Amino acid sequence: MAGSFWLIPLIPALSTLILLLLGSGLSRKWVSIQACLSVFLSFILSLASFIHLLRMPGETPAVVKTLLPWISSGTLSAPISLSFDPLTAVMCLVVTCVGFLIHVYSVGYMASDRDYSRYFGFLNLFTFFMLVLVMASNIVLMFVGWEGVGLCSYLLIGFWFERPAASRAGMKAFIVNRIGDAAFILGILFLIVTVGSPDFARINSAAAGGGLAPSLVTLIAILLFAGAVGKSAQIPLYVWLPDAMEGPTPVSALIHAATMVTAGVYMVARLNGLYSASPVASSVVATIGAVTAVFAATMALVQTDIKRVLAYSTISQIGYMFIGCGVGAYAAGIFHLATHAFFKSLLFLAAGSVIHALSGEQDIRKMGGLRRHLPRTFPTFLAAALAISGIPFLSGFFSKDAILTSAFSSGHIVVWVLGLAGAIMTAFYMFRLVFLVFYGQEKAGAEAQHHLHESPSVMTVPLMILAVFSVLAGYVGLPAVVGEKADVFGRFLEPVLRLPGAVLSAAVEWNLILVSTVAAVGGLFIAYLFYLRYPRTPGVLVARFPWIYKVLVGKYYVDEFYDAAIVRPVVRGSELVYDHFDLKVIDGSLNGSAAAANAAGLGLSRLQTGLIKDYALAFLLGVVLFVGFILFLKI
Amino acid sequence: MIPASAFLVLAIILFGLGILAFFIKRDLLTQFMAVEIMLNAGNLAFLALAKASARAEAQVIVFFVLTVAAAEAVVGMAIVLHVFRQKKSVRTEDASELKG
Repeated sequence: MAGSFWLIPLIPALSTLILLLLGSGLSRKWVSIQACLSVFLSFILSLASFIHLLRMPGETPAVVKTLLPWISSGTLSAPISLSFDPLTAVMCLVVTCVGFLIHVYSVGYMASDRDYSRYFGFLNLFTFFMLVLVMASNIVLMFVGWEGVGLCSYLLIGFWFERPAASRAGMKAFIVNRIGDAAFILGILFLIVTVGSPDFARINSAAAGGGLAPSLVTLIAILLFAGAVGKSAQIPLYVWLPDAMEGPTPVSALIHAATMVTAGVYMVARLNGLYSASPVASSVVATIGAVTAVFAATMALVQTDIKRVLAYSTISQIGYMFIGCGVGAYAAGIFHLATHAFFKSLLFLAAGSVIHALSGEQDIRKMGGLRRHLPRTFPTFLAAALAISGIPFLSGFFSKDAILTSAFSSGHIVVWVLGLAGAIMTAFYMFRLVFLVFYGQEKAGAEAQHHLHESPSVMTVPLMILAVFSVLAGYVGLPAVVGEKADVFGRFLEPVLRLPGAVLSAAVEWNLILVSTVAAVGGLFIAYLFYLRYPRTPGVLVARFPWIYKVLVGKYYVDEFYDAAIVRPVVRGSELVYDHFDLKVIDGSLNGSAAAANAAGLGLSRLQTGLIKDYALAFLLGVVLFVGFILFLKI
Repeated sequence: MIPASAFLVLAIILFGLGILAFFIKRDLLTQFMAVEIMLNAGNLAFLALAKASARAEAQVIVFFVLTVAAAEAVVGMAIVLHVFRQKKSVRTEDASELKG
């Protein structure tokens, strides 16, 4: 069974084919069972391969299987080849586990949707591409998965394509990602030219060996990171993710919180040899991550759409993962990726349950006092909120602390301070949500009150399972002060991801943990003061600093700036080119050649008189000329 | 013994008459006969040259030409018949629908 790890992505692929080709002919029950079962089988296979990996002796446990030759030209060879090493194992487990739970949840959430089989077909397709992305053993095949998940993201954001906002958001996501991907392709090409092989193992060893020019390594690393910035929604390409919330909520949970958007972090961690070889590129990664973590958190403070708050929170948390990768603590970044996948998908799914209960209401100003009506959703949401805020002993605490500690120990003090500021805001905006949605007065109208109901078990059971993971997942990666071997997660990943060199004294580390805890609890307490104890405070602050509030609500006017600086000039330029070049030059030359052919045909048709004698005369003249020519030549 | 050049001159005269007749006459049947005359002028030239060069290949070609002429006569007459059925006339000016 362990040798068949290459089947992990193929099972959802098969399911996709069946669902998309025969979709309308299958019953809803069949579609649900098949879609969920395919991902569950992948999960079981991932688990089996993971256990196999644990038992494998040797320094670097990994299995590689080449399925097919693919690109083979001269010395370049990029086969379709999958590998399974500790990093892939973590990603596969996260993707298939969270993916399976979200598939199950979708059965309830999408129950009344018309395009049931199309939805699950796309969701399975996404799982396939995501698994290809994390299992590819070379960067070219990884790029196939990379683009595939982008395609599925586009298809699922615009799933309700009859809504103009949804189809616009899908296009925006796709186009913004193209910008990053252009740089990513350039990076791949440079990499192949420089290293001579797209294989991850060879890239990392070549970069670590120091045989490559440092400037070239930096250039490649930054180009590839530009692709990650697009995919993982970091500054300056984050603008697509908040709009992506137009898609169904389980899609936001799976693609735009737990898995796809973290692909950039995975890519940086996978190429850790390359990034470690370039301090400049690593600083860029850490800086972008830290600035994004704070910048996105400030926007999350004032959003009123429950899903958009979570979207900005996702951007901010991915910023933390990049901090981890940028300061050399790749394992910490991946650790936060894994815990974040659990608690953020739980937050989205619980938010979906709230939206479901309120018949589609997403504005938190119209919610309140829901904890009595949603007895299963509320505790799970609370658990996830506590986890993401970094309250001690929950998963988010351990992973965020691992990142901040590494930032501090590697000497990135500014990054550490930014991360801490982000942590305070994280706790604040999460508990702003909790207090506004679940506490206080009930603000739902009589009509919505009437429909108010807890979601069915098919939706709440995945929430509870995710809640268990959100609480407990952190215990696989305890901080180093607890014990030499406490960081099971980091030690498991050590063969793939180098651990940071600097080690702090126990006292400093305890102090850092204390500071993180104070930040998290402080943020929570401020939210308590603002939204429960003295609910008039936010209004007073807005009246006091109206322009700060306006800038935050306006999301720093970045969308407007992009619109004015890029979108509109491009559209205007395209219109100009269309009017003057397309219509006049291209259409003109095409129409002109058609008219010329027509005129020539009309002229030549005069020769056809329909009289046999004229034809015979032409024939005779031809013969005379031909014979005369031959005779003349002979003479 | 008549020299081969005499036969060749005769063939040229016959061929020229055929061309002349083809262009002067206006009905298909006569034009058809003109074509036959040209063919036979060609045959005569072949035979004259065969005799002069004492080789047999040209004589073989004459047989081919005869066969082709027979086939051509069949098809040609059939066309003339059909033209007549359609137009009640065999004058070439009356069948000029293929004018461009």
